[in-house]
Amino acid sequence: MHILVLLKMVPDVVEDLEIAPDGKALDLEYLRMILSESDDHALEQALLLKERHSGKVTVLALDAPEVDDALFTAVAKGADRVVKVVGMDAGLTTRQAASVFAQVIRRETGLMPADLVLTGVQAIDDLDGLIAPLVAHELGLPYLGIVTRVSFDAPGQLVQAIKEYPGGVRGEFEVKLPAVLGMQAAEKPPRYVPVAKVRTAMKSQKIDCTPVPTLADGGWLSIEVVEMRRNEPAGHAEMLEGDPDQVSGKLCGILAERGLF
Amino acid sequence: MPDPALYLWILTLAAFGLFGRRVYRYVKVLLAARADKRWDHIGQRLRLVLVNVLGQRRLLEEPVAGAAHFLIFWAFVFYASSFFWNLVCGLFPFLPIPSADQVGWVRAALAVFGVLGLAALAVAAVRRYFFAPPRLEKSKDATIILVLIAVVLISALVGLWYRTSAPEVSRAMWWVHMVTVLGFLAYLPYSKHMHLLASPFGVFFGSLQPGSVPAASEGAASRDEFTWRQLLSGLACAECGRCDRACPAFNSGFALSPKMLMHHMKLLVRGDVPSGPSDGDGNGFIGDVVKPEEIWACTSCLACMTRCPVMNEHVPVLVEMRRHLVGRGDMDKSLQEALKNLTRYGNSFGTAPRARPKWTQQLQFSVKDARKEPVHFLWFVGDYASYDPRVAAATCAAARVFRKAGLDFGILYEGEYNSGNDVRLAGEEGLFETLRDKNLASFAKAHFDEVVTTDPHSFHVLKHEYPATNGARSVRHHTQLLSDLILSGELPLRKKLGMTVTYHDPCYLGRYNAIFNAPRRVMAALGLNLVEMPQNRTYAYCCGAGGGRIWMEDPPVIKERPALTRVREAASLKGVHTLVVVCPKDLVMFQDAIKTIGLEDKLEVKELSELVEQAMG
Amino acid sequence: MTGNVWVVAEQWRGHLSEITYETLALGREVADGLGVPLTAVLAGCGIKELAQTLGCADSVLYVDHPLLAEPIPELCAEALAQLIEARKPSVLLVPLTNVSLGVGTLVATRLGSSAVNFCKDIKIVDAKLQLICVMYGGKIEAAVEPAGDLAIVGVWPGARPADKGRSERSPSIEEATVTLEDSRVRLKRYIDPEAGDVDLTKLDVLVAVGRGIQSRDNIALAEELAKALGGAVAGSRPVIDQGWLPLSRQVGKSGLAVKPKLYVALGISGAPEHIEGMKDAKLIVAVNSDARAPIFNVAHYGIVGDVLETLPALTEAIEARKTASHHA
Repeated sequence: MHILVLLKMVPDVVEDLEIAPDGKALDLEYLRMILSESDDHALEQALLLKERHSGKVTVLALDAPEVDDALFTAVAKGADRVVKVVGMDAGLTTRQAASVFAQVIRRETGLMPADLVLTGVQAIDDLDGLIAPLVAHELGLPYLGIVTRVSFDAPGQLVQAIKEYPGGVRGEFEVKLPAVLGMQAAEKPPRYVPVAKVRTAMKSQKIDCTPVPTLADGGWLSIEVVEMRRNEPAGHAEMLEGDPDQVSGKLCGILAERGLF
Repeated sequence: MPDPALYLWILTLAAFGLFGRRVYRYVKVLLAARADKRWDHIGQRLRLVLVNVLGQRRLLEEPVAGAAHFLIFWAFVFYASSFFWNLVCGLFPFLPIPSADQVGWVRAALAVFGVLGLAALAVAAVRRYFFAPPRLEKSKDATIILVLIAVVLISALVGLWYRTSAPEVSRAMWWVHMVTVLGFLAYLPYSKHMHLLASPFGVFFGSLQPGSVPAASEGAASRDEFTWRQLLSGLACAECGRCDRACPAFNSGFALSPKMLMHHMKLLVRGDVPSGPSDGDGNGFIGDVVKPEEIWACTSCLACMTRCPVMNEHVPVLVEMRRHLVGRGDMDKSLQEALKNLTRYGNSFGTAPRARPKWTQQLQFSVKDARKEPVHFLWFVGDYASYDPRVAAATCAAARVFRKAGLDFGILYEGEYNSGNDVRLAGEEGLFETLRDKNLASFAKAHFDEVVTTDPHSFHVLKHEYPATNGARSVRHHTQLLSDLILSGELPLRKKLGMTVTYHDPCYLGRYNAIFNAPRRVMAALGLNLVEMPQNRTYAYCCGAGGGRIWMEDPPVIKERPALTRVREAASLKGVHTLVVVCPKDLVMFQDAIKTIGLEDKLEVKELSELVEQAMG
Repeated sequence: MTGNVWVVAEQWRGHLSEITYETLALGREVADGLGVPLTAVLAGCGIKELAQTLGCADSVLYVDHPLLAEPIPELCAEALAQLIEARKPSVLLVPLTNVSLGVGTLVATRLGSSAVNFCKDIKIVDAKLQLICVMYGGKIEAAVEPAGDLAIVGVWPGARPADKGRSERSPSIEEATVTLEDSRVRLKRYIDPEAGDVDLTKLDVLVAVGRGIQSRDNIALAEELAKALGGAVAGSRPVIDQGWLPLSRQVGKSGLAVKPKLYVALGISGAPEHIEGMKDAKLIVAVNSDARAPIFNVAHYGIVGDVLETLPALTEAIEARKTASHHA
């Protein structure tokens, strides 16, 4: 069994996000990049399947700050091969990223054939599309998103997947392989790998680098970000000021007024 | 009739053979274990043996049992010596030397030690069977030993009594005595009394820095992955239970019993339990014999090792097992989250590094950035003091105190990372190294002469585990600095605070670094009336946050969490309404505990800096 | 922009989702602003009567096909693409929910048109669309202009009040046909959640906790507040993922949508996925240590402070008030 995992780095929102001087993008100076959370789940699911059914996990990522750390961490967790696409401009949109992924997957030896292509369901910066359905469409593969459970009865033609619906409802699906799945959450939370193991991985394994294919006119029309600004929730809520006891008193009054207790 | 010497030879060879064979097996196990060089500082080690083995110092911390054991020990030493004397005489009757009971002063000494020894045995027996302290292991072994020693002593005394009036009785008693001792010798390595042989070596090869973490390793799950000294702890353990009585985790109802841990190590050495990680079917050491809940319950307070008479190494054993679990990613989600945050952001809160110095915004002055301008004191603030809003008041008070004292100080701002002490104790050695190296890089770029910290955990690891930080002359905890300033008259105190307070000795200043007097000197200088906690100094009861436990979830606890017990202890003191702490984690744990129990009207927690500031006026 | 504005009516298990009406309300404004008709697109199997409620639109385009009985994104997208190719709308509004996720992207890539996600508002500027999009977990707002003849817009829940999208009017319904092949993705069955000890959707007061509650032990504090207010404790996804609360307490896009009289959000940052589940609560009070937390965008009252300090103080204040009024 071979599972291909697609990873994307996104801005780390733990840091305060600043806007670049042109007012149209994030300021890169204080920006740190982190692996998209649902991509981490996609990797974890791939590793769980590898442990269950034995096989290989290949990870493909686009070059970005701190991606090497994510890739070596993937190796330390059990990925067999990690590949990085290098040489592209910063600030690719999701659709451009998906196109790069798809072209590299077709061009690079060893990435296909894969039984499954796993990636996160959605990243916080997916402004113009989602990686999973875009890649699925370009590769002509079936797609299912918001997946939380993946199992094979017998690795081969079909995979069983659980998709999340509203209200706690789940849908049980059967998907023909090979397929692209957008993972919402792995069956277990992403495993912990000690720093020492990541360091060992850095010494023992190489990241395969492959140059970015020329971004042909993807045949789609791009969007333009006219302005980007920090969300200052100044307008909506009435803010209650004071120390905990003071605000509690004020809030108590408000709730009492509304007959809420 | 065959020469009695022949019987003696047979018995002696049999006893020594059984003894030797078993001890040899233990030695082989120890030799196959991981190395640990303990031949350094021979003078210091001999002194440890003098004080702890010959002087029985730690045993005397429990006076009644200690005194009894002291007497039994010395009686035993004397009787063992006289036994060998007798043995030589018996095996080699042609030797022209008198036997032990033919020498006057030896007879007298035998009589005295014999009687004292029997008296001590009686006290020990009464304590064991009628007034047993909690956690004393009431094993069959112990009873057998009491009986054997009694027989040894009584037979000698009876033999002495009838030496001249009934020599046949005396002779018979001689045989009873010799056979009993030989039997004891053969039995010894199969019982807990292996500690007689193992513990002097344990003390000699004990850690000269009990608060230090074992050398970097991948952890231990199998017998040969532990160091020989860690395995020796199992053999040296006499199951006295002092560690359990001192352990805050155990007394709160956590799964951990340090005594049982040592017992399991003993069984591991003996091969009576499986070695290695759990296979899912109950056949592993970690996971089956020693459960993960036990391994994670330790707060690293060091109470067990401080009380242990044979200098066993409970905490290093736990750290080795934690390293193994961490290597497998086997830990609760909260700890995992904390470690992930520490790896990525350098703090356990998951807050941006840029937010670390935000607390300084509450001050009316700006704090120097040691990365940008030279300072005399580099103040290593620590995670909790920087990020936790509940500690901010104390951190700001310390800043104002330093300023009023005219100290030239600065902080590293975002260049400071978690010091890594608790990360190490949690078993993530690689992450500790990363944090340490990041801090060292910051130190290298900064300009300072001395380091001061308000955080005991950081203090400990900066002082002992960080290589000479930028050539800094000293690393001091702020209580030491304040104490030194008071001694040199450089701390301008204007008022005397007439409050009655009590003080909690933090684990990492107290047991780890023997810093007891500096904080007390400061409190005295402030005019505080200090009422000591019943459990103070090396007996201080841990708040429960150390060893990474503050990052872990508590299991549904049977009794009461350590911090709750401790604040009750403080609240019970008459006239005391203030609990003084000098550690940010203590501040947080005790404040929470007071709220949980509802003692807000009776007791408040104050960091010492807040009181110093008041006294500075 | 001369083509119609189309809104995808989200149907699931025999019902039209709330977001359909929210998006219709938004679509109405956009259509009026552009001076073009508004069409609701309803795809399914044997659900034509649902089209009656879509009167906010000028017309309904109804597609009936057995393969569209369940909303499989690939099939929905294919059907929409065929309709779009035939009728050429200028705007397609697609809901961003678990049911419809992926549809917008698939249509856009199939047709080569521009697609924009995360939209919470649409303005018309110089006869062109300006989409206000919420990114990065709610922390950043971007004004985005799509390009080309067709803009496919993914719309967050809560863009407009659902009531504005409801209408008594009966719309004209046109039936259309599409050609669909069997998909390689097959829905076998739905798994309904097990009933929890409480049904959050039926309660008047909910005290919800997020990451800011910091540990399982602190949930007890929230429970005390819930008790004082006569409600129950709910949680955002991270809290349920940690195992601190059961799935039946999850509020958000994969959990429950609740509309209590009072929703107290403690230590919840306010990412759109959670907002989806509670935006319609009558009174929302949020406590968060981050003054910029997006939750304050949807809250009526906000407190910037330490959750662990504010929460017990609040419980105390309410208990005191109740005792006082008892004795009064």
